[in-house]
Amino acid sequence: MAVVKTLGWLTAIGLLVGLVMGFGVAPREVTQGNVQRIMYVHVPLILASYVAFGVLAVASVIYLIRRDPAADRVAHASGEVGVIFVGLGIATGSIWGKPTWGTWWTWDARLTSVAILFVMYLGYLLLRGTIDDPERAARYCAVLGIVAALDIPLVHFSVYWWRTLHQPPSLMKPGGFTGSSSILWPLLINLLAFILLYAYFVARRVRLLRAEAEAAA
Amino acid sequence: MSYARRALAVAWKDLAVERRSKETLNALVFFSLLLLFVFQFTLGGDRERLAAVLPGVLWLGFVLSALLALGRTFLVEREHDCWEGLLLAPGDKSAIYLGKLVGNLALMLVVEALVLGLFVVFFDVDLGRAMPGLLVVVPFGTLGLAAVGTLFAAMTANVRARELLFPVLLLPVQVPVLLATVKATEGLLLGEPLGAVAHWVKLLVAADAIYVVVSLLTFDVVLEG
Repeated sequence: MAVVKTLGWLTAIGLLVGLVMGFGVAPREVTQGNVQRIMYVHVPLILASYVAFGVLAVASVIYLIRRDPAADRVAHASGEVGVIFVGLGIATGSIWGKPTWGTWWTWDARLTSVAILFVMYLGYLLLRGTIDDPERAARYCAVLGIVAALDIPLVHFSVYWWRTLHQPPSLMKPGGFTGSSSILWPLLINLLAFILLYAYFVARRVRLLRAEAEAAA
Repeated sequence: MSYARRALAVAWKDLAVERRSKETLNALVFFSLLLLFVFQFTLGGDRERLAAVLPGVLWLGFVLSALLALGRTFLVEREHDCWEGLLLAPGDKSAIYLGKLVGNLALMLVVEALVLGLFVVFFDVDLGRAMPGLLVVVPFGTLGLAAVGTLFAAMTANVRARELLFPVLLLPVQVPVLLATVKATEGLLLGEPLGAVAHWVKLLVAADAIYVVVSLLTFDVVLEG
């Protein structure tokens, strides 16, 4: 309990510092202007959703091996938070794309693969919603979680070959980050803050799911 | 009975039922024919435009028939109350998956061959040069569809809103297979050799291998209770 509360406060501080860094410390981008500052939300949202789906996959495997309902709750909560994060990531990307690319949406490789990720995990939540028996929901969702995780590299390659306007990754690419540290630090702090936010949401959601399970038993 | 014989027994049973009743096959061929009409109505008679979208249309036809066919995989057992009988089969349950997969693959390939024939007739396509390549791309693509489809069919067989959930789960996962098959077919229809689309074929093989292995490993979990 105390841990979750501490996590909540850390998240709040992280987001606040991130906000100050994004608007105050980070420089105004030369060509895009202030619009570019949306990156400090957009990139952390997408990367944190990858963390969420990664945790979902691992928790799914653990559930199938140990049949521990706790692992299933972590997978369930991660799926919900991940879908919201990736949805917000797509929305912020759209808002960023309109003034800079001149369009809300384009079928570029990375946009497409993120959109597929979004619908894939939306399906995951849909499957959960249609099964009443919690034990069966856990089993089926674990299988789907594993299939979805293994599908991500396939989606990535196929979509990349299919179409490749998005700027290449700036944070995680061979050779490391080459931008100015005045951009890197605000980005990293926001990334950390959003991962903390993910962890906090999952911790709260897991507690709620456990309470629901206990109430139903 | 050995593992392979048990898998074959399941496949044989399904194919024998299908051969005698032709329930799914008849409906699927009729459905595919209707799809061709719908494509013609919606796309219009423009030859140029038609040629450009043909690979996509062809695979859309395959996928829509696959959604109907695969979604029914375990309904034979459910409708005739043989579900428990299937579950009581001794030994590793993944043999049931393998059998169902082989049955589905055979059914789909028959339907696809018929649809391809109808395509040639109705859209006046010359498949001559593309045929050897298609004989590689179509089976590998179909295997990918059927592999995940059979697994998801088992999952959705006991779920509410089954016929809604099945396509919603299957389609996003199948995006790599769809892109690979459509792009490869496009290349082949343009007269390129199979080597020119080899990267797509490799992706298909990798996808097929991953899907089949994961399904074999997790099928037991799906069938429990």
